[in-house]
Amino acid sequence: MRLTLNDLILHLHAPRVPRRALRVTYSYGLGIIAIALFLILGFTGVLLAFVYTPSPDKAYASILSLQSQVWIGALVRNLHHWSGNLLLIVSVLHMLRVFYTAAFHPPREFNWLLGLSLLVLVALSNFTGYLMPWDQLAYWATTISTSMLGYIPLVGDSIQHFLVGGSEIGEFALRTFFAFHIVVLPPLMIIIISYHLWRIRKDTFSLPRGLDEPPIDRRRIERVTTIPHLITLELALGLATLALMIAWSTWVDAPLEDAANPAHPPNPAKAAWYFMGFQELLLHFHPVIVTVVIPALTAAGLFLLPYVDADPRPERDVTGVWFRSRRGRRLAALNALAGIGVTAALVVLDEFWLDLPGLFPSLPTVISNGAIPFGAILWLLGVYYWVLGRRGATRSERNLALFTLLFMAFVTLTVIGVFFRGENMALVLPWTT
Amino acid sequence: MDDVDLSPSQPCDDPAPSSDGAGVSRRDFFGLTWRALAAVLAGQAACVGLRFLASRPAEESQGQVLIAGLVSDFPPGTITPFEQARFFLIRFADGGFLALSVVCPHLACVVGWDGARGRFTCPCHGSEFERDGRVVNPPAPRPLDRYTVLIENDRVKVDTRQVLRRTQTDAADLVYAPSGAADTASHAPPVVPFHPGQPNP
Repeated sequence: MRLTLNDLILHLHAPRVPRRALRVTYSYGLGIIAIALFLILGFTGVLLAFVYTPSPDKAYASILSLQSQVWIGALVRNLHHWSGNLLLIVSVLHMLRVFYTAAFHPPREFNWLLGLSLLVLVALSNFTGYLMPWDQLAYWATTISTSMLGYIPLVGDSIQHFLVGGSEIGEFALRTFFAFHIVVLPPLMIIIISYHLWRIRKDTFSLPRGLDEPPIDRRRIERVTTIPHLITLELALGLATLALMIAWSTWVDAPLEDAANPAHPPNPAKAAWYFMGFQELLLHFHPVIVTVVIPALTAAGLFLLPYVDADPRPERDVTGVWFRSRRGRRLAALNALAGIGVTAALVVLDEFWLDLPGLFPSLPTVISNGAIPFGAILWLLGVYYWVLGRRGATRSERNLALFTLLFMAFVTLTVIGVFFRGENMALVLPWTT
Repeated sequence: MDDVDLSPSQPCDDPAPSSDGAGVSRRDFFGLTWRALAAVLAGQAACVGLRFLASRPAEESQGQVLIAGLVSDFPPGTITPFEQARFFLIRFADGGFLALSVVCPHLACVVGWDGARGRFTCPCHGSEFERDGRVVNPPAPRPLDRYTVLIENDRVKVDTRQVLRRTQTDAADLVYAPSGAADTASHAPPVVPFHPGQPNP
């Protein structure tokens, strides 16, 4: 038994790993935490599948009976709900860590793509799972999100029909979402996670490095055996995650609103929190910009990043250095603040003063509320990128600046959408309501 | 620079070189054939799967030709919500009828009539519409969808089987009762006047 276990561990990991790579202030163990959450989700998900009935008439009732009649039913649902939400957060943090330490630079560029695919699958799992309880929150969030798909040119209607099968969310949609949630997405994730882990062994761990430290000579570094050094760390983090999730889920219940009512949307009707950034964007731009242009540009940027970011000259290697350089650190801090400030200012400006469709009444809204404002923003970002280059920032530092600016803008939009939007989606201060 | 590579090196391959100009070796030929067959099989599986999924029967439509009431049940200048059938029946001051879907053309939330402001408003993204369905406040990209209104024998009927999308509001969308029809109220359904100053129930 023990031998088999050790074999399995050494199949996933190299037998010896650099001591440096185990530094917790480098990786923060985010990948391991994500795996632990995935395992919790798998276990609780299997249990829930035995209780849940995927039909509009019975779904809500089966959740109620799960919570009231099944032994620790509420705890199991809480664990599944909170682990799913936390997995999304941890996956994003994991991506940020890899981005800001340049750990995606060659030879690890392909694993960055696998990681991004996993992030997409985690988001899709959260999204499809959101509908399951069939409460008001689930129903209207899903109605909004699937309607967004209808705006994709050419294929939007077919995709929407494939998922929803009609004009409104009903049995067809629930069945489709259920199938994706439990039989399509989890096996896909298991396959890609395995590939992701195997690539780590294949590509080797990236190593943390100080600001002015020269690139590390891998032939001369201290190595320790995987068993017990790495394995102890992994087990400790995994168990800590489990303990924390159980404690949290014991005290905090997963939300459950009234049963879905297709005639009465709640006011305000909001999507899941992780889509609130998009919903906020929808208040300001034509839906084609929000549902097609922005996701396409984001995906293209993130997937191409590892192939255009690194400087191939070995002496310019920045892998393992937090924020690349001194300038990188300054840029990260400045752009984080700018991302928050500029976004908040633009939202307030558009809410109270700016009325582009009113300014150009003869133009279709896809131009007046889409191409014009979004084109202006893209142009400004382009100028900013060019100016940074003129002032001596490397390509990697400029990308870092832009990434930080846009990421913090998205975080700000999400915060505004979740906390600062009240009845009829008007801007409100959360402490006054 | 790299860690010690413990994975096996390239597995032993065909000892006979294949690209020596003498054509494809027997082993390469079979290798290629297998790969091509696997690709065909995968393609077939994908086609079969997609066709299967595309043929799933769609969600049943709830639409019907609904008798809303008598012409006289809807005084000019009123808006009557039909909650189950999901439309508003609007009668304008000049007597014209219009049936508007409650589904917001932006992202499918349900709009409500805000009597105080004299507008339809969407709680999800803040779109606002005039009583004829025209957008007064985006993000909605087009007017509220409408249903066909028929007036037969003094009865107002609304055909909810088909939603009519439009890019612009049009005075021709209004339907009028033939002149001479009696305009006296009978068993009236709940009617919301235009300007009572209270939101839609």
